[in-house]
Amino acid sequence: MTLLEARDLQTRYGPGCPRCVESTGDRAGTNQCPHCGSVVACADADLSVEAGEVVGIVGESGSGKSSLAELLALERDDDATTAGEVHYAGHDGNLLEVDYETRHDLRTGEIALVHQHIRDGLNLEFTGGGNVAEKLLSAGQRSYEDVRARIRELFDETEIPVARMDDPTSTYSGGMQRRVQIARALATDPDLVVLDEPTTGLDVSVQARVLDMFRRVQREEGVAAIVVSHDLSVVRLLADRTLVMRHGRIVESGLTDRIMEDPHHEYTQTLINSVI
Amino acid sequence: MNDLPTQRSRERVTMTEHTTTDDVLPDEGTPVATDSVDAALESLDSDGLEGYNYAYLDEHTKREVRRSVLKAVAIPGHQVPYASRPMPLARGWGTGGIQASLSILGPEDTFKVIDQGADESINAANIRRLAENTADVPTTTDTTEADLIQSRHRIPEEVLTDEQRLVLQVPITDALRTVDPSDAANRRRHAHKNYGKMWVHLYENVVEYGEIKISSRYPTMVAGRYLMDPSPIPRWDVPKLDHADHLTVLAAGREARLYAVPPHTEVEPLAFDDRQFTVERFPEQACHACGSTDTYLVEVSEEATEDGDNAFETRYACNDASFCAKRRKNPDLPKDHHLEEAVDWGPGTPDAPTDDAGTPVEQGGAGE
Amino acid sequence: MTVLSVDGLSKTFDMHVLGDTQVVGLDDVSFDVREGEFLAVVGESGSGKSSLLKCLYRTYDPSSGEVVYHSPDGDIDLASCPDRTVIDLRGDSIGYTSQFLDEIPRVPAVDVVARPLIEQGVDREDARSVARDLLSALSVPESLWQAYPATFSGGERQRVNLAQALAPKPDLLLLDEPTSALDPDTRRAAIDLLSTYLGSETTVVGVFHNTDVVDAVADRVVVLDDGRLQRVVPTEAYDEEVVLG
Repeated sequence: MTLLEARDLQTRYGPGCPRCVESTGDRAGTNQCPHCGSVVACADADLSVEAGEVVGIVGESGSGKSSLAELLALERDDDATTAGEVHYAGHDGNLLEVDYETRHDLRTGEIALVHQHIRDGLNLEFTGGGNVAEKLLSAGQRSYEDVRARIRELFDETEIPVARMDDPTSTYSGGMQRRVQIARALATDPDLVVLDEPTTGLDVSVQARVLDMFRRVQREEGVAAIVVSHDLSVVRLLADRTLVMRHGRIVESGLTDRIMEDPHHEYTQTLINSVI
Repeated sequence: MNDLPTQRSRERVTMTEHTTTDDVLPDEGTPVATDSVDAALESLDSDGLEGYNYAYLDEHTKREVRRSVLKAVAIPGHQVPYASRPMPLARGWGTGGIQASLSILGPEDTFKVIDQGADESINAANIRRLAENTADVPTTTDTTEADLIQSRHRIPEEVLTDEQRLVLQVPITDALRTVDPSDAANRRRHAHKNYGKMWVHLYENVVEYGEIKISSRYPTMVAGRYLMDPSPIPRWDVPKLDHADHLTVLAAGREARLYAVPPHTEVEPLAFDDRQFTVERFPEQACHACGSTDTYLVEVSEEATEDGDNAFETRYACNDASFCAKRRKNPDLPKDHHLEEAVDWGPGTPDAPTDDAGTPVEQGGAGE
Repeated sequence: MTVLSVDGLSKTFDMHVLGDTQVVGLDDVSFDVREGEFLAVVGESGSGKSSLLKCLYRTYDPSSGEVVYHSPDGDIDLASCPDRTVIDLRGDSIGYTSQFLDEIPRVPAVDVVARPLIEQGVDREDARSVARDLLSALSVPESLWQAYPATFSGGERQRVNLAQALAPKPDLLLLDEPTSALDPDTRRAAIDLLSTYLGSETTVVGVFHNTDVVDAVADRVVVLDDGRLQRVVPTEAYDEEVVLG
């Protein structure tokens, strides 16, 4: 079953002109329009995500992968001009055009975003449990004990010591904070989780454990995921399929192992060969 | 607000006196001698209020406040901006309440002002005197006699009726500011009834204290739509707003916003299904003066009359001074004594030491 | 009954990083794989054995030709079907293991082996029990079952790898030198396991370096040379060639 279908997605920063799209991208070698100076963060992006599938998006900084992920997670950036269509199973119309409330409902229910920066996703003054509770309470849960029980379950699942659930999130280690983000994302049993750079700011050893935990939970819950990373090994470990982005365009896509072992596009070959 | 025509006629009278007084220049107010303050005061042949508008505020200001009040009544719990003029006392001392009161008051109204339950605090007395002097209204300390009650941080113990209006002074207008300092973000939350952050605040409260222990400014849903800061009244008073017969106007001078709870409006303090809203309880305590056990009590420290180890002793006393005075004369006086039919008004008797959920009750009176 | 029909399979790599040179991996390879058989792929180093397996698994995108998988639900051309079809087939019918274990660090060996079963919906403890049996059959010391494979020796890792590939008993199993780092005794244990654990329902296409493995398990042998198919012969015939050669 196709969960999400996106067509012709575009994010632009700047005034824009008729030649923006044709003057940027992989062939032009830039994402900045030489005519009007606008930055075309991503354009011409088509993709679909099946239920339970993990799609990776790789590319270097500024390649447009986070812009694309934000569109798919229905995150809004007031400074950006966006276009395109996002269709989601069970919802009519283009999700990029829905009102605040529908978007809010989707974001508390079906689609969850794990922010790259922990501070964007968590309130560090709240307890770890409180950060997870927010998702549940926003979704309308009104029983304190039910909320507590669900938090314990999620802490267990994401391997956070349940004994720490009532401590301020600011006292957690980076790895634990990332787990709280993931627990929070999973709280309302979403169909799709978007992870933006899930290993940012984590020690290498912690990265592995967080990724393994996420992969296990993702498979067990059957939740689909879009994983954005500049780090090929993150995508290699998590994603079934991978999109490679450069200068705001998807330059190659395919099975993750195929991308890694038989890269077709010149840029992808360079990228693969650059891995230390 | 049945007194508007009277107000207008009163104003016309004032204007007439004003223009016929010889030593008053129409545009420059009352001239006074300027060599010294004493001389200036000496030169005044009245109480110095000539040239002032009825109820101190000019008609445009009052009209604007009334319009905002009407809008606030139309959208219960929604914060409505108004101009908020400079007043002859500092912001934060009830300037919002005064503007609302003076805009609503007419000469046939009887006015009562309380400050945390006390009629005799300096601030309450000054506000009362301002209204007496400028709006020519009789004042009272008896809740049941007042048509308009301006209050800081309390709702009276005696039941308010559909003939009465309550103006509450508000320091902070938005309940959500506790969880997010951004007014812009909070307005968006109100627009979309997105109160998840406040629910987390309650959750965290229960985590920390085992129950929701917000002592004042308890977040409250009005008419199932807007989250309201009921001003720093104790939890004790919040249930009095639910389906009340009277109109409550809440006004903030510094923030230039006001909002209202119209009569017969549902007012529901936020709480979990299994962690219910509780009011303050005072088990084993009674007012030392009148013996009441069904009123909001506060601890008072007084110098001990007998000498002993403690220089001070702590006693409990009614916070509502005027009702306490009545109870001292008649200890059995019910809170709805002035009404023909019994009215359920705020917290019940102190006999129930626990709430419905079995949560242990809080000891002692909550401060702010 | 034929389970896999490889027809005219070619693979050319366009190496942009090497100044747009083309490297031929496979050139017009055709053969059939029969259901339940064990087909060994042999050839010199660089003859295209691994490329063939990777093309069958779609880790390499075939440049031309067909790889028709005759599944119970109908024929699927593995060379051209959508990525998602490949993902689905990998999930429940086609297994693959390479010479190199590719696992997330800090996952205990027993969980590495149990994972494919758990992902197929097998109860966690049942899956672990199967995993322990497999590790035991491959003589992985019990003390290592809860340890992280990243710390293992090459041979130990390879055994974990093989156990993981075998665990879900796929319909078609592609093995790329799964025993290259094993000592003769362990290799023999692995060979025994291939026949005893998998049974006749699983079709195996395997690249093997050691002729003793080919001898022991293969029904037929595919011989590759420089990316081209030399011949497909029964194992006995191949043995004679080797002896004669």
